[in-house]
Amino acid sequence: MSETLDLSLYAKPAADGTLGMDVAVEGISCGACIARIEGAVKRLPGVSEARLNFTNRRLHVAWDDGLVKPSQILSAIEAVGYHGYPFVPLRAEQEEAAEARRLLRCLAVAGFAAMNIMLLSVAVWSGNASDITPETRDFFHWASALIALPAAAYAGQPFFVSAFRALRARTLNMNVPISLGVILALGLSVVETINHAADAYYDSALMLLFFLLVGRTLEHAMRRKTRTVAGNLAALKGETARRFEGDELVSVPVAALKPGERVLLRAGERVPADGVVLSGRSEIDESIITGETARRAVKAGATVYAGAMNYAGTLTLKTTAAGGTALIDEIERLLDKAASAKSHALRLADRAARIYAPMVHATAALTAAGWLIAGSSVHDAVVTAITVLIITCPCALALAIPAVQVVASGTLFRAGIILNAGDAIERLAEADTVIFDKTGTLTLPDPRVTNTGEIDPDLLQMAARLALSSRHPLAIALSREATLRMPFNAATEEPGQGVRAKIAGVEARLGSAEFCGLADTPAPAADASSIYFVYGTQSAVIAISQKLRSDAAATVLALTQLGFEVLILSGDRNAAVRPVARALGVARWMGELKPAEKIACVESLKADGRRVLMIGDGLNDAPALAAAHVSLSPIAAADLTQAQADAVFLGERLAPIVDAIVIARRARRLMSENLALAAIYNTIAVPVAILGVVTPLIAALAMSGSSILVTLNALRARRSGARP
Amino acid sequence: MNVLIYLIPMALGLGLLGLLAFLWALRSGQYSDVEGAALRVLSDDDIDSGRGNGAGGGI
Repeated sequence: MSETLDLSLYAKPAADGTLGMDVAVEGISCGACIARIEGAVKRLPGVSEARLNFTNRRLHVAWDDGLVKPSQILSAIEAVGYHGYPFVPLRAEQEEAAEARRLLRCLAVAGFAAMNIMLLSVAVWSGNASDITPETRDFFHWASALIALPAAAYAGQPFFVSAFRALRARTLNMNVPISLGVILALGLSVVETINHAADAYYDSALMLLFFLLVGRTLEHAMRRKTRTVAGNLAALKGETARRFEGDELVSVPVAALKPGERVLLRAGERVPADGVVLSGRSEIDESIITGETARRAVKAGATVYAGAMNYAGTLTLKTTAAGGTALIDEIERLLDKAASAKSHALRLADRAARIYAPMVHATAALTAAGWLIAGSSVHDAVVTAITVLIITCPCALALAIPAVQVVASGTLFRAGIILNAGDAIERLAEADTVIFDKTGTLTLPDPRVTNTGEIDPDLLQMAARLALSSRHPLAIALSREATLRMPFNAATEEPGQGVRAKIAGVEARLGSAEFCGLADTPAPAADASSIYFVYGTQSAVIAISQKLRSDAAATVLALTQLGFEVLILSGDRNAAVRPVARALGVARWMGELKPAEKIACVESLKADGRRVLMIGDGLNDAPALAAAHVSLSPIAAADLTQAQADAVFLGERLAPIVDAIVIARRARRLMSENLALAAIYNTIAVPVAILGVVTPLIAALAMSGSSILVTLNALRARRSGARP
Repeated sequence: MNVLIYLIPMALGLGLLGLLAFLWALRSGQYSDVEGAALRVLSDDDIDSGRGNGAGGGI
């Protein structure tokens, strides 16, 4: 680009005096891309390091200040055919990376300890069956204790800390019985080792920790992966604004704008930040904010909101602080209300833990009491009670749900759905009513040509290629039809009127009716904008308006077949909503709704016992998304709205919504199956333990067997969404 | 069975060595890009260009 782009916001000084920057890169497909991108950046003067992380598609560059500009680094990446934009790593992401390393360390320690203790335990078990001397057995037990106690103290921390927190808050989670089981198993083993007994449970305790840490690590890795992709997508939007610095114009990333700065906004650009118009006149499209597709005329003194599209003229804005404007304040107030009113649906895993933990502990106590009454010694009664706790230690139960979540979120990811909330899968499976927003959700976020069928295809292609030379929003919409993305040479733009070029020696004009000499041609439709095209004697009137996503009707039909009731709630005029509802066959629809009225609709459906899935993209949808049972947003949604949604879907089609529901329902079924498997395991294992005939070998086999069974069952969630 | 007195500590020592190697690898960032490492090994542009990028090495 001709203007300088000032990206100094992203350049961070490192300890060795160089500047560093992280760049999200798009279009990486194979191993050769690594060398191509790194090579291109390293050839720049002053660049000391360029390293592409292929896993998360991010390039780290370090350079000496003054020798190269950040914008040149981006140009170098563009020059080899990729698209990159810098970003500031979020604090949350850095913390998650540290947490991932911590989990891996715990996993490694638990794995090392479990393997070595099992080595010793197998020797003891076979020795117990033959002729091991008590001295050798004690030696093996003490060696096991030496490994197990420090390893459990280290690797068990994630569970102990969480269990302690839960107990302090006077609730129960799955980590409470896990921690109790591990601690009691180790304590009992030490006591038994001191007493020269034949059995110890070091191996069970460590194996339990190892299996659970595998589950935790995978769950965490999946969450981190989706967050990284979401972060990259946000960075690659690469929104810039033209800021006045003195009298000079400098392009800066939107994130660098501060309140009180003057910004120039040309036709076809989005408003970078909330602000007040200082000078200029234009029409702006605020559909991403209010859902209203009719454009609003603005002049000096008018307030504009971030995300609105400037259609006609050039404006100078003065940025104001985010919030502080009536609309944003209203939405934030509604969001707070919706968040506090949101019934905290108890997650399946916590619900299971709350039933399970007291039951297990009561069973153990009853076992001890029973054996005492039956006349056994206190020592034997307590040992039997503790073996009950060890064997019921909820390894399978604790893996039952996370394992399915990991596999299902991977499947969702491949289907183009990025989860924001871990328990969204459960809630998605429970939904029975779908509410669609219209503008930007059922329709494409950008306007399209709607009368392609009425225009000669060759003529349309010619017009679309000519449109590539203009920055007018209508021309940009038309240019999306161009199959050959090559602008004509010597096309000239007449500001405010249109573009013209000589194509094969014949004059072609694209623009307003007057510019094309077609002033007396009737406009094609009332709700569409038109752009005119003449080529010699041929002419066309091209209608451009919001267009339904290509599979909107098929998606609504598929949702109906899945048993959903489908509604449309829009902030747009009734006249604009009615044809959409008719085309999709949706009987219940409402238009001209304010954010508060959308929430009211969601609340009244909830009061009828409905579980509402809300799908929306506009700022006006954000409160309704927060109030709904579960919510989805397209990737083009307003930032605030995306942050509220439980999941974000990629691409121009609505098909991921149906996939998401099918995958979520199957995952939910697998979760229930897994819980049932864990329950069956317990109904078999617990009576055996109560009778006091469990040996460490039986405990080890039962625990690993049930965990593997549950994990294998969870793998069935891998099948993608096409068929239920 | 006196041989166990030093065989078992040796076995544990070897296991511990493996654990320490893993912890070192984790600390030096070798697990931060596992997919990239698998592909970098196939690239040979550091041989002829001489601009060695030290594929696989820590940062």
